[in-house]
Amino acid sequence: MAKVLVVTSGKGGVGKTTTTAALGAALAQAGEKVCVVDFDVGLRNLDLVMGAERRVVYDLINVTNGDAKLPQALIKDKRLENLALLPASQTRDKDALTDEGVARVMEELRERFDWIVCDSPAGIERGATLAMRHADVAVVVTNPEVSSVRDSDRIIGLLDSKTVRAEKGDTIEKHLILTRFDPARADRGDMLKVDDVLEILSIPLLAIIPESTEVLRASNVGCPVTLNNPLSAPARAYTDAVRRLKGESVPMSVPTERKSLINKLFTRRAA
Amino acid sequence: MSVLALFNRRGSAPVARERLQLILAHERAENGRADLVITLREEILAVIAKHITVERDKVQIKLERGEGVSTLGVDIEFPVAAEPGRKRAVA
Repeated sequence: MAKVLVVTSGKGGVGKTTTTAALGAALAQAGEKVCVVDFDVGLRNLDLVMGAERRVVYDLINVTNGDAKLPQALIKDKRLENLALLPASQTRDKDALTDEGVARVMEELRERFDWIVCDSPAGIERGATLAMRHADVAVVVTNPEVSSVRDSDRIIGLLDSKTVRAEKGDTIEKHLILTRFDPARADRGDMLKVDDVLEILSIPLLAIIPESTEVLRASNVGCPVTLNNPLSAPARAYTDAVRRLKGESVPMSVPTERKSLINKLFTRRAA
Repeated sequence: MSVLALFNRRGSAPVARERLQLILAHERAENGRADLVITLREEILAVIAKHITVERDKVQIKLERGEGVSTLGVDIEFPVAAEPGRKRAVA
């Protein structure tokens, strides 16, 4: 049965779009039929991070309004044939999203894909609540930083009250992805530790994504980090996250960059 | 940097942790209270609707917190036709 996963956070700039692209691609790399959906109407960016910005013709609003059919708006990924993108509209705003329209599109997506990964806009308004509305699984993206943790707490409250599942009395599966984590700074006591964040938010941990130059490098070229450099630390963290989402039990770790011998030699000389 | 700071190698993360725990304990309680007002509003409306017709936006419910005591104010406005002789009921 198809699963709808929402990537949400409350706060902006913590890595929702990066995470959506990485999880979507990693799920597709694992053989699942995946559609990533951009709910950030008016400020779309998933198309850019996925490298499909020049192929957008129709968007989510066109489909919810009935101006285009879903297959017309879906953009097939050029690298993975079982990965598709449903972009957001850039010219409209969040008020253009209707409850019924979104419900209809989600239903149709469930028939065509195994996983629907929804990229939520920041904030707690209409766009964010509609992105989470039909989710079965939620991934809360949090930075080890006070404002991000506080906003995540607020979003967890909304997941427990404003989703279709919550309203029916069902539970919604919630997971935490901690991004931009720096183990050295946490050890020095200058960054919240993983356990601090877990204790405060009390939802299970799905992955720890280390702070890495690979994330910016991937978005620069418009390629999900798991595809751009599958052996990089963030890519391995996201790949493990996907294995856990699929029910596998994978030991938790903070992946580090593997340096080749030549790299090591150069670093040593530079130091 | 003061001399004291040199001895304080604890780092800033424990401060962040304590501040977060405090503010979130407060905010979680506040959000629970917001839900309480919504629940009260719906249930009070349902009881009133059994006897008189009122418009939803003519019902105001306020929960105010004071030192040691909180007050719940319910202000319901209904048309004269609904109950002759009284314009307004304040409970």
